[in-house]
Amino acid sequence: MSYYEPKDLADFPNIGEWAAEQGNKFFEYYGAATGAGKLTEREKLLIALAVAMTQNCPYCIDAYTTKCLSLGIGSEEMMEAAHVGAAMMAGVTLAHTTQMRKIIKKKEM
Amino acid sequence: MDAREQLHVLGRTGDYPPFAGKIREIHKHPLTAKGIDIVQINLGKRCNLSCRHCHVEAGPERSEVMTQPVLEKCLEILQSSPISTIDITGGAPEMNPHLEWFLAGAAGLERRLIVRSNLTLLGEEPYRHFLDVFVQNKVEIVTSLPDYVEAKSDRQRGAGVFRKIIAAMRELNSRGYGMPGSGLVIDIVHNPVGAYLPGTQAALEHEYRARLLSDHGVHFNQLFCLTNLPVGRYLDYLIASDNFEDYLSTLCQSFNPAAVDNVMCLTTLSVGWNGLLYDCDFNQMLGLTVNHGAPNNIMDFDIEKLKNREIVINNHCYGCVAGCGSSCQGATTVA
Repeated sequence: MSYYEPKDLADFPNIGEWAAEQGNKFFEYYGAATGAGKLTEREKLLIALAVAMTQNCPYCIDAYTTKCLSLGIGSEEMMEAAHVGAAMMAGVTLAHTTQMRKIIKKKEM
Repeated sequence: MDAREQLHVLGRTGDYPPFAGKIREIHKHPLTAKGIDIVQINLGKRCNLSCRHCHVEAGPERSEVMTQPVLEKCLEILQSSPISTIDITGGAPEMNPHLEWFLAGAAGLERRLIVRSNLTLLGEEPYRHFLDVFVQNKVEIVTSLPDYVEAKSDRQRGAGVFRKIIAAMRELNSRGYGMPGSGLVIDIVHNPVGAYLPGTQAALEHEYRARLLSDHGVHFNQLFCLTNLPVGRYLDYLIASDNFEDYLSTLCQSFNPAAVDNVMCLTTLSVGWNGLLYDCDFNQMLGLTVNHGAPNNIMDFDIEKLKNREIVINNHCYGCVAGCGSSCQGATTVA
């Protein structure tokens, strides 16, 4: 048995087990947040896919890659979304060097 | 794989119940027809293409073609029955030598008349005249275009097919097809190029419309999303690519009880090239003729026995009720 099994993706609807009220509220929110609004369904799928990869969630990557394929989103578009995520992760890391550099400058003679 | 082998493979639903058991759980078994609104006539398995997803396994080498006596019987039945839609499919219908004659007869009945054409023959002789035959008979054209990206579409249907379809669509547009106010309808069928389900029909239609217009200057009326059912060459593809178990599981997991009420077999009768009767084109390819006491040959057609017949089901039926549902008219429920 491995920690992440592809077939466990099918268990996602059951995450409200033992906490049904919170689970139901989560799914209501999840549906509202990811459904088409001012942003299109395609735009939201690409955002979700990029977040899935930055957060290393194999279930979400599986689910959202498939959803993107289903909506006719091309591999080049998905790869561009991945690079947005990658650039953000790099930027977030480098932006935090501000703290590091401030501390260095304060403490070094 | 012959039909018996396909049905054997479809028995491997793993942790999920067979389709009959699943609809029994929701008290919808047996499925019973609600009349006959559509007669879908499969003119044969001969086709100029050999698409990788084709459940008919049609191709140039196939010899099965509907004969004139069977078509005459279809016309006789349509004339005497209140059936609203005549839906012609194949193979490539244009390769049946009786198509032009049949369309003239069918158009005279003043019903909704649909031809499912791959369009690729319309650019070459001796088929070019069908561009005008379709106009003269006010035929609604339904054509398959799996993707608006040429390379992706051609992966499924063959090199050069996309460009031929676009060229034919331009000619049809110039004759009024897909143009506002013309009354001439051309609809597109989208089906996934791979082992996944189609997305939201409205979102895909929006994208197709924008891309086909901006990239190719092409117009169409509606987009229909079709789920690939694990039958014929698509089943071969699923097995060869090691996707079969995952795909069948996905269909089972995506079971939508609301879609069960709208499956096309409830209002459709499918006629095979040799006159045998089926509940749908997929059952036709699996050799599952109508049953449960209804006559299974067009020569024995009896609307009283057929209109409320019990539908013959198997596990491929999961495909028509997955997600938003799937039919020859696209999604059967709203996302």
